[in-house]
Amino acid sequence: MTPSDLPLWAAWTIVAVVVFGSLLALTGSVGLVVLKRFYERVHAPTLGATLGMASIVVASAMFWSMTEGRLALQDLLIGIFLTVTTPVTMILLARAAVYRDRVEGDDDVPPE
Amino acid sequence: MIRALLPHPLLALGLFATWLLLSGSISAGDVLLALVAALAIPQVMRGLEPDRSGVRSPGAVLRLASYFAVDVVRSNYAVATIILGRRKRQRVSGFIHVPLDLGNRYGLAVLAIIVTSTPGTLWVQYDRPSGRLLLHVLDLVEEQDWIDLIKGRYERLLLEIFP
Amino acid sequence: MTASAVLYWGLGAAQAILLLAMLLAAWRMMRGPRAQDRVLGLDTLYLNAMLLILVQGMRSGVGLYFEAALIIGMLGFTATVALAKFLMRGEVIE
Repeated sequence: MTPSDLPLWAAWTIVAVVVFGSLLALTGSVGLVVLKRFYERVHAPTLGATLGMASIVVASAMFWSMTEGRLALQDLLIGIFLTVTTPVTMILLARAAVYRDRVEGDDDVPPE
Repeated sequence: MIRALLPHPLLALGLFATWLLLSGSISAGDVLLALVAALAIPQVMRGLEPDRSGVRSPGAVLRLASYFAVDVVRSNYAVATIILGRRKRQRVSGFIHVPLDLGNRYGLAVLAIIVTSTPGTLWVQYDRPSGRLLLHVLDLVEEQDWIDLIKGRYERLLLEIFP
Repeated sequence: MTASAVLYWGLGAAQAILLLAMLLAAWRMMRGPRAQDRVLGLDTLYLNAMLLILVQGMRSGVGLYFEAALIIGMLGFTATVALAKFLMRGEVIE
């Protein structure tokens, strides 16, 4: 089966889920721009990295499973991989920021 | 005997499944290669001597996974409304301290993933001697509510899973 | 509308949205004001680029984009970890 042979309802479902995920990623990036402080901004990209990423990955797995006519779940690996790595990057980045602010004597950050 | 062949059964199973997913077929050759990878790579891990994870209580694992899925969706919605400015009242963000009873490394790692993956809360620092966790919360209404959420909803189950 | 037209235009719209998200992340990366803001912008840029490439794979029907997305995801992770480490200590490898 090629993409043009997909039933219409499947095409609409895939498009709807992908657009939903993209809008979440966009909301995260908007938060990156509009939020005022670093510690608020650091929460924003998590939107795209969790639910946004999950919906696009699930739609992709559905797309490839239907076009290839077999269970094509390799896209879910990206989902698992990102779920494990995103917290690591965010925690390290937050720790780096806290460390830098403590060194500079910022009052907003609680002491060690 | 079985211990020598499979020092980390869950790791071996995960590698086997990952290999098959990446190769995208279940022909005899791929299954054989996946088996070799699943048996050989955990032998390398033996040199690193990781603590045994000792996962207990599959029921609690399932419950934790379902809580996690629900909370990710819910907090995605909450943070999206904050970013898009649909919230009228004044919002305060800030740091809170959570005293943790959980000491198991794997339990703490899972808790860190859960806390950070739900938008709106961010794990900043954990102090092992005092068991105190520093969190940053985007929408800090009541400090005690967040402490109750972490301790009552996640830590209790994690203590069941990693005793 | 045929299924391929729905996929072509719908996924194209999703790509436009993701491109806008990348532009906003790039703005934060260039604007700063501090180094941690730039790293955060870069991380978001990587994430959105990875999603864009996954969608491109579906739009074009070429399975090879999956590998590209996987590699971008891994590079984004290592790059951000290295940069965060650098911000903390001033050295990547101690």
